[in-house]
Amino acid sequence: MKTNFNVTVSLWTLTVKEVRRFLRIWVQTLVPPAVTMSLYFVIFGSLIGPRIGSMDGFDYIQYMIPGLIMLSVITNSYNNVVSSFYSVKFQKSIEELLISPMPNWTILLGFVLGGVCRGVLIGIIVFGVSLLFYPDFTVANPLLTVTVLFLTSILFSLMGFINAVFADSFDDISIIPTFILTPLIYLGGVFYSINILPDVWRSVSMANPMLYVVNTFREGMLGVSDVSISFSLGMIITFILVLSVSCLYLLKKGTGIRQ
Amino acid sequence: MAEYALEINNLQKVYDNNVVALKGINLKVQKGDFYALLGPNGAGKSSTIGIIGSLVTKSAGKVSVFGNDIDTDLNKAKSMLGVVSQEINFSQFEKVLDIVVTQAGFYGIPKSIAMPKVENILKRLSLWDKRNDQARTLSGGYKRRLMIAKALIHEPQLLILDEPTAGVDIELRREMWSFLKEINKNGTTIILTTHYLEEAEQLCRNIGIIDKGTIVANTSMKDLLGTLNVQGFVFDLDQPLEEAPVIEGFPLKLEDPLTLVAAVNKDRSINALFSELTKLNIKIKSMRNEANRLEELFIEMVNANEN
Repeated sequence: MKTNFNVTVSLWTLTVKEVRRFLRIWVQTLVPPAVTMSLYFVIFGSLIGPRIGSMDGFDYIQYMIPGLIMLSVITNSYNNVVSSFYSVKFQKSIEELLISPMPNWTILLGFVLGGVCRGVLIGIIVFGVSLLFYPDFTVANPLLTVTVLFLTSILFSLMGFINAVFADSFDDISIIPTFILTPLIYLGGVFYSINILPDVWRSVSMANPMLYVVNTFREGMLGVSDVSISFSLGMIITFILVLSVSCLYLLKKGTGIRQ
Repeated sequence: MAEYALEINNLQKVYDNNVVALKGINLKVQKGDFYALLGPNGAGKSSTIGIIGSLVTKSAGKVSVFGNDIDTDLNKAKSMLGVVSQEINFSQFEKVLDIVVTQAGFYGIPKSIAMPKVENILKRLSLWDKRNDQARTLSGGYKRRLMIAKALIHEPQLLILDEPTAGVDIELRREMWSFLKEINKNGTTIILTTHYLEEAEQLCRNIGIIDKGTIVANTSMKDLLGTLNVQGFVFDLDQPLEEAPVIEGFPLKLEDPLTLVAAVNKDRSINALFSELTKLNIKIKSMRNEANRLEELFIEMVNANEN
């Protein structure tokens, strides 16, 4: 009988399981962002970019790089957790976790760390691809860049977790990424500065939370932003705290996982 | 020290769709027991097991595993409990070895300590040769073994098996029986639900019958079987008969020309039946018990509860 429960081992086990899962299907998880982003860099960066000229004083391809990295990090962190947690619900292997003495916070943290590992790894891959097209890129503020990279990945992993908790079908895990997340990211300043928009649309854009994430990361990589960095960082951290508490509440209540 | 391996008091479960699965059941399972929990489909067996294993939230009542209340000492209760669910509940795309090592990790057992245990249990369940196979490639019987290996990897004191031999061939079922008997002998308390009543009769010392969310019987297997008034015997005949003979006090029927079935009341001697058959020049080649005795009682009790 094992009574001295070691929570670190259980957390490590779940995290390794999550990382092993997305590495096992690397053709589906790691390669597509590299291919898609290469196409973005070829078409919008190398072919159309020179005709656009500069954006906020940077070459267009250079301006796009932080936005495209964020686009990949957000979608991959979110998708990793939503698909993994929904799959364990669907396959009933969630029972392995629920029957074990693992506390709820380790279950949540294990899935979030899995999402963060994938998000950060994809961020590194996309940055590597961008260097092929713009080798002279230098990071303006490495500390801020890495901080925002991790915070964003945590934030969207938590969002993916909540989506998976409420999902009852595979349709439910694709609706939010397709119809809400992706449009908001595209309209959140990945490809342009909101300073080029008319006043009305600039004001509307300020209500898009993705704008703050993308621009804070751009501040880290290029040193320019359309928004206040301290406000953005504060909001990201606040949302992480609120979503963490919400996830723990849902786990305790057993929503979507216990009958 | 707790007196019981499992103690359930007034356990109730009402699902969100207002289905009442458990109507306040009480159950006590002694330490070291091999206990059968039987009941027809939808009786409340899986709800009970789900609540014990924290997969289902209870509506009211108390559950303790070795004295650890699941409301106040849930993690202690969980570490003493192993559950083999009715449905396959592991990732089909992982290797057998990884699945069991991961399960050990969920119980806080590091890989270095888990490995010898994993090797031992996989060998004992004839899964060691398949340790590097993806779980989805295993046959149904091996998947069942893997479920048992997973449930036992943290050496639980109480093992609950929810229909572990469903869809398993006879040879494997008997292998599993011998394995379960062995771990019970070594001190693990076992609670078994099954639709194969022969299995319960072979393995279990005590039995509970649950129907429509209430316990309709909770006694020892011996006492329960002792309440059976009539036993059925099947005779294989040496010569074919055209119709069943008529012998007073022994209802007989002919299943086929070479198979005679007799219902023998508890207060009658089977020798008397043999004498009568000999007088009629009917020679018996061999004899066996008719279908499972427990099955008859089970149906009797469930029908009584219906009425």
